[in-house]
Amino acid sequence: MLWLGVAYLGALAALLITSLWTQDDFTGTIQRTWTLDNFRDLFTIDVYRTITLRTIGIAALVTVIDAVLAFPIALYMAKVASPRLQRLLVIAVLMPLWASYLVKAYAWRGMLSADGPLAWIAAPFGLHSPGYGVPAVIITLSYLWLPYMILPVYAGLERVPNSLFEASADLGGGAWTTIRRVVIPMAFPAIVAGSIFTFSLSLGDYIAVKIVGGTSQLLGNVVFDNQGAANNLPFAAAVATVPIVVMLVYLAAARRTGALENL
Amino acid sequence: MKTIGSTKLAAVACAGLLALATACGTSSGGSDGGGPKAAEDQGGFTAPDVAMMQSLGDMEGEVNILAWPGYAEDGSTDKSIDWVTPFEQETGCQANVKYFATSDEAVQLMKSGEYDVVSASGDASLRLIAAGDVAPVNTDLLKNYPDIEDFLKDQPWNSVDGQMYGVPHGWGANLLMYNKAEVDPAPTSWSAVFDDASQYAGKVTAYDSPIYIADAALYLMNTQPDLDILDPYALDEDQLAAAVDLLKKQKANVSEYWSDYLKEVAAFKSGDSVIGTTWQVIASTIGDKVEAFLPDEGSTGWSDTWMISTDAPDPNCGYAWMDYITSPKAQAAVAEYFGEAPANTKACGLTSDPSFCDTYHAKDAAYAAQIHYWTTPIAQCLDGRTDVKCTDYGDWTTAWTEVKG
Repeated sequence: MLWLGVAYLGALAALLITSLWTQDDFTGTIQRTWTLDNFRDLFTIDVYRTITLRTIGIAALVTVIDAVLAFPIALYMAKVASPRLQRLLVIAVLMPLWASYLVKAYAWRGMLSADGPLAWIAAPFGLHSPGYGVPAVIITLSYLWLPYMILPVYAGLERVPNSLFEASADLGGGAWTTIRRVVIPMAFPAIVAGSIFTFSLSLGDYIAVKIVGGTSQLLGNVVFDNQGAANNLPFAAAVATVPIVVMLVYLAAARRTGALENL
Repeated sequence: MKTIGSTKLAAVACAGLLALATACGTSSGGSDGGGPKAAEDQGGFTAPDVAMMQSLGDMEGEVNILAWPGYAEDGSTDKSIDWVTPFEQETGCQANVKYFATSDEAVQLMKSGEYDVVSASGDASLRLIAAGDVAPVNTDLLKNYPDIEDFLKDQPWNSVDGQMYGVPHGWGANLLMYNKAEVDPAPTSWSAVFDDASQYAGKVTAYDSPIYIADAALYLMNTQPDLDILDPYALDEDQLAAAVDLLKKQKANVSEYWSDYLKEVAAFKSGDSVIGTTWQVIASTIGDKVEAFLPDEGSTGWSDTWMISTDAPDPNCGYAWMDYITSPKAQAAVAEYFGEAPANTKACGLTSDPSFCDTYHAKDAAYAAQIHYWTTPIAQCLDGRTDVKCTDYGDWTTAWTEVKG
């Protein structure tokens, strides 16, 4: 616990302090004078607001898509499949996690390419591949983070006693009513727990967008460009505080649903 | 070239994407440019008084090398790619190689004084000289120095007042590449990716780095003389704004920006991109489907220099390395592996591809003169203006973020 405090919170504190410093442009050295210039730039230059909103929008959409896809899969795994099939499905869900993130992102790059499989399938219908850009990023991230949504939802649904399903049926509830009135409310904290993964992972991502994002960029790219290329660590640190604030708000909201006990 | 392409592929796979994105982006990393009028114009730039090595002594037994990825291969990336081991056997100097990803990192690491030699790009070299971190190089102590092409010697990015601060290593240009089947008629000018880019809407590609702003500035320098751009790396606020406007218009037609060169190879092969800026090695990897050439306006490019640290713990092994890496054999190996023109053109007889030097125009001084070598923009205008403040690399980074939106 102490180590966690020192290593993790210490790093965060260092980040915050760095964001209040500035940098000498010629020698690239950090000047330790206190200034809010970095944050002023962050709030006054329009492009950063656009990028922040785009990043949050993509993270939210990825989370919704993953929740919608994960729920039926998790429900089938938890309540319908035989124990043997259940184990196989858990392995199947975990399987993509064995492959490297990069392999999967580059696979989507191939899928979405102008001469790739998606374009080939869409061609007879007069459509074409969405190409590289924001839609491609959403598809790729949804795919990448789907297991992180399925597993908590599956664990949450397993905890719902079967007797509740029977009780609902005895009281005249059809399958749809049971799912809507019984299962979803009980699984909701689990979905929120899964959404913490998908949302935070999407919020910090910058590699997938480099691979399939076309001309688009996210907050992570701004941090990367400022730190890696321009060596402007203080401004990169200031940008990095944005997702932290967003995540804190998100976690506070998630806590109210009781999802944090579900992790 | 095909085999070189695949060995690079292997190297790249090993290096991992993260390192690569930056490595590729910057490993061709800029050299300092600004035309033939460096030192006197660079805002009161004077080199600190640092002693030069007068004669060689005994080898120290090791040398610490700070290099761009791909400049000092010891066979660990690919067994057949190894020019460090022969150096060790020849000189008895154990080579400790550290790769860096950006010029900024190189500058920081050189300040530690733990490294003997560095392969500095122009955007690092002047900063190193100015800070007194690197020493003048006594070229009389280097056997291979006379064989280096004259147009690379005494240049603004590697010398001050006629004193060399390093040995030229190799150089290359950012070319315009197009898909021969899709782009007709063949373009001759950068206008194909700027003013006329809408012809290829959604199929144009561009380099993903703030330094790409210089490409737009170079184009404006030729097409809008009233902007008075003299040097694409010395832009005042209005000139930068004009370049940013041009890039924003270009963005509407861009399919994607590339920094990892394999990404561009794949995009041209699949047809996602049909025209855009490139390096010779990319065009050679793709093959006959594309054509890469130097447009009428000239181009941006890079030129790297080996420099020796002021506090070098192993100066004799350092000089031995600088001499070795500019020897014909090592130059041939590194140039073919990295994909750039060798500084020592005696290497041309030793490359595995006999036409390598012609492909890269290694001996073509007129071709080299059309290249505006990458340099880091600083507040003092590199073109010698003193009445305005120029935009620095930090401004360019912000501007580039705005271009991408």
